[in-house]
Amino acid sequence: MIKKLSSYIREYKRPAIFTSLFVAMEVVVEVLIPQCMAKIIDIGLPAGNIGYVTKIGILMIFMAMLSLAFGVLSGRNAATAGAGFAKNLRQELFYKVQELSFANIDKFSTASLVTRLTTDVNHVQMAFSMIIRMLVRSPMMLVSALFMCFTVNVRLTLIFLCVIPILAGSIIFIMTKAMPSFRSMFKKYDVVNRVVQENLTNVRTVKAFVREDFETDKFEEATGDLYNFSIRAEKLMNLTSPVMQFCMYLTILLISWIGAKLVINSTMLTGQLMSMFTYVQQILSSLMMISMSIVMMSMAKTSGDRILEVIEEEVDLTNCADPDEEVIDGSIRFENVSFSYYKDINRLALENINLEIPSGTTVGIIGGTGSSKTTLVQLIPRLYDATAGTVYVGGKDVKTYDLDALRENVAVVLQKNVLFSGTIKENLRWGNENATDEELIHACKLAAADSFIQSFPDGYDTYIEQGGTNVSGGQKQRLCIARALLKKPKILILDDSTSAVDTATDAMIRKAFREEIPNTTKLIIAQRISSVQDADMIVVMDDGRINGIGTHDELVQNNTIYSEIYISQMKGSEE
Amino acid sequence: MANRNTAPGPKGPMGGGPGGNKAQARGKMMKLDEKSKESLGRLFKLIFKNYKFHFVLVIICIFVSALANLKGTLFLRTLIDTYIAPFIGQQNPDMSGLLNALMQMAGIYTLGIVSTFTYNIIMMFVTQGTLKRIRDDMFRHMQTLPISFFDTHTHGELMSRYTNDVDTLRQMVSQTVPQLVNSLVTIVSVAASMIMLSWQLTIVSFITVFLMIKMSTKIGTMSGLFFAKQQADVGKLNGYIEEMMNGQKVIKVFTHEDVAKEEFDRFNEELCDSMTKANKFANIMGPVSNNMGHLNFSLIAILGGAFAISGIGTITPGTIASFLMLIRSFNGPIQQVTQQFNTIVMAMAGAGRIFDIIDQKPEVDNGNITLVRTKETADGTIEETDHDTNHWAWKVPQTDGSCQYVPLKGDVVFDDVDFGYTDEKMVLHNISLYAKPGQKIAFVGSTGAGKTTITNLINRFYDIQDGKIRYDGLNINEIKKADLRHSLGIVLQDTHLFTGTIMDNIRYGKLDATDEEVIAAAKIANAHNFIMHLPDGYNTELTQDGASLSQGQRQLLAIARAAVANPPVLILDEATSSIDTRTESIIQNAMDALMHGRTVFVIAHRLSTVRNSNAIMVLEQGRIIERGDHDDLILQGGKYYQLYTGNLELD
Repeated sequence: MIKKLSSYIREYKRPAIFTSLFVAMEVVVEVLIPQCMAKIIDIGLPAGNIGYVTKIGILMIFMAMLSLAFGVLSGRNAATAGAGFAKNLRQELFYKVQELSFANIDKFSTASLVTRLTTDVNHVQMAFSMIIRMLVRSPMMLVSALFMCFTVNVRLTLIFLCVIPILAGSIIFIMTKAMPSFRSMFKKYDVVNRVVQENLTNVRTVKAFVREDFETDKFEEATGDLYNFSIRAEKLMNLTSPVMQFCMYLTILLISWIGAKLVINSTMLTGQLMSMFTYVQQILSSLMMISMSIVMMSMAKTSGDRILEVIEEEVDLTNCADPDEEVIDGSIRFENVSFSYYKDINRLALENINLEIPSGTTVGIIGGTGSSKTTLVQLIPRLYDATAGTVYVGGKDVKTYDLDALRENVAVVLQKNVLFSGTIKENLRWGNENATDEELIHACKLAAADSFIQSFPDGYDTYIEQGGTNVSGGQKQRLCIARALLKKPKILILDDSTSAVDTATDAMIRKAFREEIPNTTKLIIAQRISSVQDADMIVVMDDGRINGIGTHDELVQNNTIYSEIYISQMKGSEE
Repeated sequence: MANRNTAPGPKGPMGGGPGGNKAQARGKMMKLDEKSKESLGRLFKLIFKNYKFHFVLVIICIFVSALANLKGTLFLRTLIDTYIAPFIGQQNPDMSGLLNALMQMAGIYTLGIVSTFTYNIIMMFVTQGTLKRIRDDMFRHMQTLPISFFDTHTHGELMSRYTNDVDTLRQMVSQTVPQLVNSLVTIVSVAASMIMLSWQLTIVSFITVFLMIKMSTKIGTMSGLFFAKQQADVGKLNGYIEEMMNGQKVIKVFTHEDVAKEEFDRFNEELCDSMTKANKFANIMGPVSNNMGHLNFSLIAILGGAFAISGIGTITPGTIASFLMLIRSFNGPIQQVTQQFNTIVMAMAGAGRIFDIIDQKPEVDNGNITLVRTKETADGTIEETDHDTNHWAWKVPQTDGSCQYVPLKGDVVFDDVDFGYTDEKMVLHNISLYAKPGQKIAFVGSTGAGKTTITNLINRFYDIQDGKIRYDGLNINEIKKADLRHSLGIVLQDTHLFTGTIMDNIRYGKLDATDEEVIAAAKIANAHNFIMHLPDGYNTELTQDGASLSQGQRQLLAIARAAVANPPVLILDEATSSIDTRTESIIQNAMDALMHGRTVFVIAHRLSTVRNSNAIMVLEQGRIIERGDHDDLILQGGKYYQLYTGNLELD
């Protein structure tokens, strides 16, 4: 995993290497500084040799400056490398998501993609910064401090060799013990966040049913769980600092006892003993850092895995070898098409569909909820691939087209459509980047959107909030239709796109379609009979199958489902 | 708790135009400083109020722990001066004194370890307890806020107060606070020892320490500035990511992938830039304070030597040696303090945003009329009861202390009501209407005409600017909001469900409903059939807002949820818009049964749904332009007639 992730360091390899290099140099100098201190105390001061003290002192100042320079350089490089690595990783992920098919996206939920792009990237970045700094610094420090200890006194160094495994062992023990608790703690975190999230989306329901107290209880239960699990996890972690202190104090006492004997024996100098105490601190704290880094890294591993899961996801919709760029006309043909969201022939959403739509016709598609109307039309711009059978557009198998070219020619207004934050103009230009203002207005007139846009104080420059919250449902739908029209597609698919538009406006839009874009094949999925009854051809869907095809009059006569729907909707007018 | 009013709460209506929000955000940033300092104070008050005893204990423990550590440092001097120096060169030195001293030190160290452990554990309870309290307070208060608050804040923005902002507090309470106390104790006691050893050298080292703090705060401020920029860029990028992920399918349909990539790169690049800058400063903080410490050490060594030689003070080489040891214990905590700078700034900002929510004004509720269950006694008077009699009445307190009971019927009157989300812009004008108990009132009109807004006034999601709304003859402002809403059932167009079983979701309408009641309600809503088809029936777990169900199925659940609540007044806001007409015609009987005997307000696009209403109000731009029953309106030949024939024009 580390190898795969580190390939995204790319152009930041240099700062990353420099970081480690400078960190290493900084450590060397830092380890030498206690030596100077020892010399001042051992040689300079007892002899009263001011010249010597000054000399070593200046040397020390010089070394401090050097260490400062290295520290600053490594810090700066680390900043560049860390931020850069995160940038690359995020970019890689985002680009990958852009390549995913609908089926791929369905697999990862939106929320989880967002988490991967934000939180998970952060975790990996933190681990990365830790590796290039801490995981260089601490082992270096450990080794060089140990080395210096050896040069000072071998016997005293042996004490370290006894204490180090105890400390490292117990810290790693504590942390591995605590890890599962931390994981369950994070799960409880998710519960708390979920309760908040649901309350925000359901605020009207909560208030309408006067369930504020109920929700508060639910939330307090969730935070209570979080509290208990946090305590359980942290309780163990709290042992680390006493353990660390215990080892340090133990070492100090042992060094004091043995060191005192050595100094008295004159096998060692006082200053040397003093420098040993400095190394105690350096060695043990770097050991602590190493163990902590290892744990942090294993925590970041989950994030790394989640990122790689997306990056390595196999895109299941790709261009064929020599893709067609041009869609000749808007004819559509389904030939023995079956489809399953699970690629499982036993769980079919569409079963053996045969359908021929000549270019330029208007097709109404009607049927109950769950009858796979949407699934049917999504196969046309190749949002999904048919599990069996073939879909033809313009006389050619959709799989032979270049995906972009196909989708440029097949405009879909999705049932769950979104506007993006930005002005109305910017949103419309999604359909055609280079559309002139006249073209925009024309498209909006077709979609019966021009009049309400003009009624806004800022007209076409009105700012749409994220998710289009500041326009009504019907207005949103009309804007989405206009956006699709700007593509000047050969095939236009409206998936229940006028459900929030009133019937008169709906009729206006259809009239405009008939008159202004007669050559475009139009597929209209609707609930209302009135939306489809003037279509050239109406397809009645039932449970993934075509139940009937015909004109309104034919279907009223001979299709049970259609006539039932018709009667239910006309009931009002005939009484 | 001062200054409640100055909290820069959200102003402006829904979608208050472009730029408005940004300008507001900038204004907030400027105010951050004074406000966040105050927030910090409030935070501490909050902690201290609940954990007085804990806090005292923690401070004692930190004291002991810090002093034990310091004692260790000072011991090194004793070790050398008392137990080593006199014996150097002796053949058979008497080491029993040293052994004793070491034992003593072992005792002191143990004490230190025990206190460190104790205060860590206590701080853990304090931190987690405080976080829980803050989360709960924030959530509880959020529940009291009016709908308009939620209209003017994005979900992401509110979510981040529970996540990011609370998280910054965790760091500060659990780490910064004990560290600051610890450092303070160490600094003060070391400084005292230093002064006792040599005041001259102390002055010198104070000067360097002063410089060190100056530099650190300077770097800290710089990095704080860049961190603010970084946070803003993180927000922008995350917002962009969220929006794009939500619209991913639309991006694909419009083959907009390349544009999305390009825009993403711009945000990503910007964040990378500010992050690099912020971290450059943050990263050099460590080396700077560390090496200033070394510098301090060297200076003292040189100057101390010079003093000793030239006989300034009574400085001996031993003094210098001890002094140098002290310097090292002095530098550590100072470095720690300076490095906490960023955490404190971030926590202050976080606390500010949290208190901002807690300070929001709750929904106004001055009502004193409550809803009670009643039974009719033999002599015809109404009496309060605890039993489920299916009879309800409004309990109206009288000035003399007695109570009058007004039976709940579901009679709603609007008298010349004006309403606007802000006082400047009215969206409803001169609305007058009455609904007799058991009547079905329909609102028809194009999107944005104000249909939903009217129903939002009945349950007081918003309060009216002018006019009167009467419910069973009572001013709705005098009815307690909770009781008012209890008497109203509502089914909204956008159905959102909660994580939990289907059973739980329907039971949301009446928490003490039995399983049988829930199933009966589901049958009324025609939801029973599809529920039984789910793998676990009523125990099927719903996640992610019921993503596994179709919009139509979710609406059926929402209808069941309202049915189980069994309210006298029902508001159906496009309740059947996502149910196909065939299913709708199947459930029509059930819907009729549900509506029977209740006052119903219906909003629907399908005129067939509203045709049998007792009265139909046609709305346009916030005014009722036509009213009457279906036949009246057809005869009038106005807008309704046009709409209605628009539906049929293709015949």
